[in-house]
Amino acid sequence: MLIQLKNITKEYDNSSAAVTKVLRGISLDVEEGEFLAIMGPSGSGKSTLMHIIGFLDRSTAGTYLFDGENIEEFTDDELARIRNERIGFVFQSFNLLARTSVLDNVILPLTYSKMKDHVALATKALEAVGLSNRLNFLSNQISGGQKQRVAIARALVCNPKVIFADEPTGNLDSKSGTTVMSILGRLNDEGRTIILVTHDRTVAEHAHRIITIRDGSIVSDEKNANPKKSEMIEEES
Amino acid sequence: MVNFSKNIKSVIKNLLTRKARSFLTILGIVIGVAGVIIIISIGAGAQALVLGQITKLGTNLIGVLPGKSNETGPPAAVFGIQIKTLIDNDVDAIGDKNRVPHATDVIAIVRGTTTLVTGDESVDTSFTATLGNYPQIGNVTMDRGTFFTVEEGKSGANVMVLGYDVAEQLFPNGGELGAIVKMQSSSNTFGSIPFRIIGVQQKLGTVAFQNQDDQVFIPLIIGQKQILGIDYVQGIRIKVDSSDNVKSTISDVEQVLREQHRITNKDNDDFSVRDLADAIKILTSITDGLRMFLGLMAGISLIVGGIGIMNIMLVTVSERTREIGLRKALGATSHQIRNQFLIEAVVLTGIGGILGIIAGIIVSYFIALGARYAGYDWAFVISPIAIILAIFVSSMTGIVFGLFPAMKASKLNPIDALRYE
Repeated sequence: MLIQLKNITKEYDNSSAAVTKVLRGISLDVEEGEFLAIMGPSGSGKSTLMHIIGFLDRSTAGTYLFDGENIEEFTDDELARIRNERIGFVFQSFNLLARTSVLDNVILPLTYSKMKDHVALATKALEAVGLSNRLNFLSNQISGGQKQRVAIARALVCNPKVIFADEPTGNLDSKSGTTVMSILGRLNDEGRTIILVTHDRTVAEHAHRIITIRDGSIVSDEKNANPKKSEMIEEES
Repeated sequence: MVNFSKNIKSVIKNLLTRKARSFLTILGIVIGVAGVIIIISIGAGAQALVLGQITKLGTNLIGVLPGKSNETGPPAAVFGIQIKTLIDNDVDAIGDKNRVPHATDVIAIVRGTTTLVTGDESVDTSFTATLGNYPQIGNVTMDRGTFFTVEEGKSGANVMVLGYDVAEQLFPNGGELGAIVKMQSSSNTFGSIPFRIIGVQQKLGTVAFQNQDDQVFIPLIIGQKQILGIDYVQGIRIKVDSSDNVKSTISDVEQVLREQHRITNKDNDDFSVRDLADAIKILTSITDGLRMFLGLMAGISLIVGGIGIMNIMLVTVSERTREIGLRKALGATSHQIRNQFLIEAVVLTGIGGILGIIAGIIVSYFIALGARYAGYDWAFVISPIAIILAIFVSSMTGIVFGLFPAMKASKLNPIDALRYE
């Protein structure tokens, strides 16, 4: 089992007496190689859940085993290493470094790793998303769809087990969105675990398993027997 | 180490994307460092200049000034306070071979300012009234004519030697030798006193910040009695036969003056005797103090520059909060984030320091050039200590003022930073 959550809760103690409970005892198992979509309306806690699974945030209570290791016992530096080596993130708003080349953006996680041959690895990752002809473009000289593909290459470059995608198509037109989903699908086919957060049913239908969260609790957990396959649409340019 | 150089590379790349701001940020450091370099350079140049001019006069000179002074400080007479304890008899007593055997020449000096008039021309200048053997001790070379003789100096002949500039001003067409010039007396009894000009000095330039060409020489007794109306001397200079005998001659002179003034306890001395080595020591301590003080002033501007760096780094941290969050999400540890911002601050101040050193050296060079053009024998001195100090202080500024913003950046929670708007 890759990910095991037991009774994870998250509370925010905003100074005004009331404690906001965002997650109310989430238990969830994810196998290696799964393609999982977390759905839910905004404010349901789906992003918070993903941040906790993705080591960006810590839970208030509960246990989280990743690859059999208890995350609650990890120091901040150890979490940073896991974020670097074993997972990759794709964000809704791309989060590329401005005025920095596509290649350097993809190299960025490598600079925090022990890996060598940064340029070769980054070039390979960019080839995997079909952007090997954009290496030296600056991040503000490419389209939104291309930006998200750079972000996927960046998530991919350290060869992680899991890729987390937080509304990856949220800022994209449908054509670019389809391309992004097809890339994620292919990465899953290659054996990587994909955890996708979205509020969009059609996006979620790419996954093999869809869980729905409402008010901090899982309300449904269904297998998607017939996941949607998107074909990569080549953008002109 | 590989990581470190890579860090620096990315930091420089980062700073270059914000050229104008980076430059303005380091301007304070540039000015501060340049200021330190320039001040230390000017101080060293001026000190070398003054000391060089003093030693040019010869080192086996002894000076006597009226008034007591402690071992290291300058005598009161230096500050223009008139003390009347040294008189002509003292000069004669020191000149007595039996009492001060190693003194080869003894001269007395009084100085003042006056106005010279001839025909339509008049000029304000300063005069030195002294004895005929002044050229043996002082800095005098004649351009034409002669200095007055020992006899003329003693008997008080109304003769005058002009400095080069004075001669130019009073006699633009030459013909000054033998001409008569009237000098205003400050003791009104005599009004204006006529002098016959017997010589003109060579052009000497400026020594110890005094224009040596803007003065005239007259016999001592005339200066005392007819011009100033005084009966004391303002200073005595003694030339010693060899530098080995300087110390023994100083105690001889002190002995003589105590006998003359009937002083039994040396604590009651009403004079001070110094050799040139003492004078150099005093001068060096004064100029050193001055340099330290000015250097400190420039150092304060470095601190101000450092605060500027801190301010900009804080702005940078909040501007780049999302970037910090992203870097953490991609695996940067707090440590690495802190180092990134710290290196950025140190690179900024380091570049500022280097630019400041270059600017400081260039400005110091032009100051030396200007001083030489103005006729000073000015040495262009850049002390390596100044450069080391400047680099050290500027990078320390970077570390000290960069640390707070860097710590602030490193403590950001990745998800809060990513969500920061």
